[in-house]
Amino acid sequence: MAASIWPPTLWKLSFWQQWFRIAKTNNHIATLNPRQIYILPTRWGLLFAVMVIALLVGSINYSLSLGYYVTFLLASLGNMAMLHTWRNLLHLQVRIVQAEPVFAGDTATVAVQVSDTHYRARYAVAGHFIDNSAIVQNIAANTASIFSLPLETAQRGLQNVPNITLYTEFPLSLLNAWSVIANPFQVLVYAKPIFSDAPIPNAADSNTQIKPNLHLGDDDFFGHKTYQVGDAPSRVDWKASSRGFGLYTKQYSGAGSSQVWLDWSQTDGDDETRISVLTGWIIQAHQTKTRFGLRLPHSTLPPNNNAENNAKSSAEHYHQALTLLALMP
Amino acid sequence: MTRLTPQHLQWLLLSLGVVLATHAANLPIWVMIASVSFGTWRYLLDKYKWALPTFWLLLILTIVMCVGIAFTFKGFVGRDASLALLVVMCSMKLLETKTMRDYMLVIVLAFFLVGNLFLFNQTIATFALSTLPLLLLTATMINISLKTELNNPLTTAQPKLFIIKLAGKLLLQAVPVMLILFILFPRIPGPLWGLPQDANSGMTGLGDSLSFGNISNLTQSSAIAFRVQFKGAVPANNQLYWRGPVLWHQANRDWLMSSENVGLRQEALVTEGAALQYTMTLEPHNKPWLLMLDMPTMIPNIGKLTHDYSVVANNPVRTRIRYEAASFSRYQLGTQLNERERLMTLQITEGENERTKKLASTWLNLAPEAIIAKALTLYRTDNFVYTLRPPILKDDPVDDFLFNTKRGFCEHYATSFVYLMRAAGVPARIVTGYQGGELNPNGNYLIVRQSDAHAWAEVWLQNKGWVRIDPTAAVSPARIEQGIAESLRNSDELPLMARRDYPLLRKAFLNWDAVNNGWNQWILGYDDKKQLSFLQKLTGKQFGLQDMLFWMMGTISVVMMITTYFLLKTKQTISSPAQRLYAQFLTKLKPTGLQLNNGEAAIDFANRAAAQLPHHANTLHQIAERYNALQFSQQNQTKLLNELAGLIQKFSLKQT
Repeated sequence: MAASIWPPTLWKLSFWQQWFRIAKTNNHIATLNPRQIYILPTRWGLLFAVMVIALLVGSINYSLSLGYYVTFLLASLGNMAMLHTWRNLLHLQVRIVQAEPVFAGDTATVAVQVSDTHYRARYAVAGHFIDNSAIVQNIAANTASIFSLPLETAQRGLQNVPNITLYTEFPLSLLNAWSVIANPFQVLVYAKPIFSDAPIPNAADSNTQIKPNLHLGDDDFFGHKTYQVGDAPSRVDWKASSRGFGLYTKQYSGAGSSQVWLDWSQTDGDDETRISVLTGWIIQAHQTKTRFGLRLPHSTLPPNNNAENNAKSSAEHYHQALTLLALMP
Repeated sequence: MTRLTPQHLQWLLLSLGVVLATHAANLPIWVMIASVSFGTWRYLLDKYKWALPTFWLLLILTIVMCVGIAFTFKGFVGRDASLALLVVMCSMKLLETKTMRDYMLVIVLAFFLVGNLFLFNQTIATFALSTLPLLLLTATMINISLKTELNNPLTTAQPKLFIIKLAGKLLLQAVPVMLILFILFPRIPGPLWGLPQDANSGMTGLGDSLSFGNISNLTQSSAIAFRVQFKGAVPANNQLYWRGPVLWHQANRDWLMSSENVGLRQEALVTEGAALQYTMTLEPHNKPWLLMLDMPTMIPNIGKLTHDYSVVANNPVRTRIRYEAASFSRYQLGTQLNERERLMTLQITEGENERTKKLASTWLNLAPEAIIAKALTLYRTDNFVYTLRPPILKDDPVDDFLFNTKRGFCEHYATSFVYLMRAAGVPARIVTGYQGGELNPNGNYLIVRQSDAHAWAEVWLQNKGWVRIDPTAAVSPARIEQGIAESLRNSDELPLMARRDYPLLRKAFLNWDAVNNGWNQWILGYDDKKQLSFLQKLTGKQFGLQDMLFWMMGTISVVMMITTYFLLKTKQTISSPAQRLYAQFLTKLKPTGLQLNNGEAAIDFANRAAAQLPHHANTLHQIAERYNALQFSQQNQTKLLNELAGLIQKFSLKQT
């Protein structure tokens, strides 16, 4: 996001960014034209310039014709580098892909496809969100490269994706050419889930009751237990285990599918906590393939009745529920 | 901070090594060794993954190096010491070089070192030599800007050839603007501040005194002292006495320009005949002498005439200068000698060279002309030998030379002759300068080298004034008639370029000197004055500072526009007619979004396209087949080409 105008943080690029001409996407594709490419010397460029000036002064002082030659050659080299650096960005096509939703606190990945259409390989093109570290890669002639830019998320809701900056210092690192591309998308950030060991409570007025005693079996995912020697490797939940707290095996209940109502009134604490707890339940319910309905103060999402055999519709239902929570006022 | 890879380091070390090598002649040997060791050390650190040296070790090394430099150069001031300091700093910086920041700092310093190369000399060879480090340093910069990182598959290292080629391309593209700047950037006459004492230490030339051995140092050098272009015919060799400082004062072994001659009146000069007009191009020699043919009348405005008719510039000559001059070879100088001048030109130190004084005292009653004849006869008949490698003279050097060794060259003959004259009561003085020169037929100018340095005598005769007597001519007439190379039996004593025994080599040398002369006149001599006169000649009108800046900006803009045009011009990779047709076909397919991927075969593409456009499957395959056949076989080319053209012509997305 652009920094606030006041107080002015002059040393931050983000402060200046707000007045730059920004490349707008058309159909999610932006082509960098000359007017959208900015170029300024890097600090090495400034150092180089100081060195060239020192050479010039020396050449004048000692009346060295060949000193002038080197001075002018290097000055001209810097000048040529300017054209090359500028050309390295010129006419690049940038296509931005809608980012997948993530839970608050996780890192969203914004995929930016940058392609050359002018029969010219581009080298060391870097892409980043402002104030973030950049990803550098080469783009072969007439091909596309994908920049997967990480974006930190903090709050649930629709998060504006900041403008994307492409820059390059190729070929001499003396100049930095950059272009800012407006991102037409927003990232949907789900609420940060809170997980509890307690089983999901079922709302009293639901039509079906969750079976009180669950038998461990193979049918439905039920929860995690710490890995014990002898557990089948296929049952190890690698994703859960990768968080670094030891290996977990998935437990499945053999009770067949079930259905629960997740109700706002079953949770306590402030609104955000309630939303987080509900989010946690939804995840749990989705993982255990429990059909669930969601009841919020102003809206209700009934359980998905055809979810039994349709994974796609079940996933849709799951996202619908999470989105409802994410966008709660 | 970007950490760089071993490959980055290798580029950096290679280019720094080359920069160092070009400076080899300008650095003390220990600085070279230290710098190479630091580079090697850094290489090994990287190779064996050793830790970089600690801060304290670096600090100690820095102190040691600085003390070494201070000791070698007696301080840090001056060109040589600054260069050594820069080189040491640059190579020591390597020992803590790990981030991009360090790399760029070292590279920028190294570029500066390349510029410093020309402080030492500006020959064509040095110019050519400087291109290699410039190329390598540019390549190193390119390599760094590629931002290849270890363990990052997204940025692939580029081949060395690609980097070198790109560096060459960049430098070549920089040449037009460089030339514009070189010609049009307003030249400011230097120096802006005082030059360090040793800035011109490489220059050789006549000193302001003569002691035994001085001139023989010069005669060992084939360096060019000056070049002369005569307006008319070139005078005979024995008329070519190039006048430098006149020495009046004798003190033991040394002859000096007397400081007591301040306030002496200008000697009167009466000239006869026509003036010799010529243009001198004097090499820098760090002394004020403006050498002129005996006797100068028209002198350049940067100098003034001394009372004894040598020409002295207002400042030491530290750049190559050109001046117009005129001289008369027939003249009478200083027909009146006042008492002070008489005393000064009869001065000899008491109590030394007694044998010489005794010999001279036997001539006291003779007329001056007879005394001169006696002395010259002595040289001619008493087994004197002209050699550039005389034995070392003991105390009472004139005695030792005249009665003992009898081997020497101009300085021995001139000093002993003047000594004899003074001892015999004839006023005499020594003139130093150059004698002779070599005509370069390519360009028709005279080359006078340091090896032509010479010393002769002037004696004062009643009614005739100062008369030039060259005692060397008595011993070795060839030295004066034909030049130094003819006068020596063993030409090994001379530098190679001053010798006459390799005609082909000489011819090649003379050609090369003509090139060098052009280089000196046009490239090195291109200063503020030359710039103005050149631009005036080019445009035919007065050229001011404003015009210069205007034209500079204008031409640079035009050149940049042209360069940009060529940089942005899409490369025409399409060469064969089949490829051109296929490109047309691809353009026709563009609306469907189908594009040929990099490296995708035509057949694969046809399959892919057919899946998306099933109606056209047949045509698509036919096109691919023919295109393939055209690409990879030599048979039925024309027939296939016509078929392909027909198919592509007919192909249209609208047709169902």
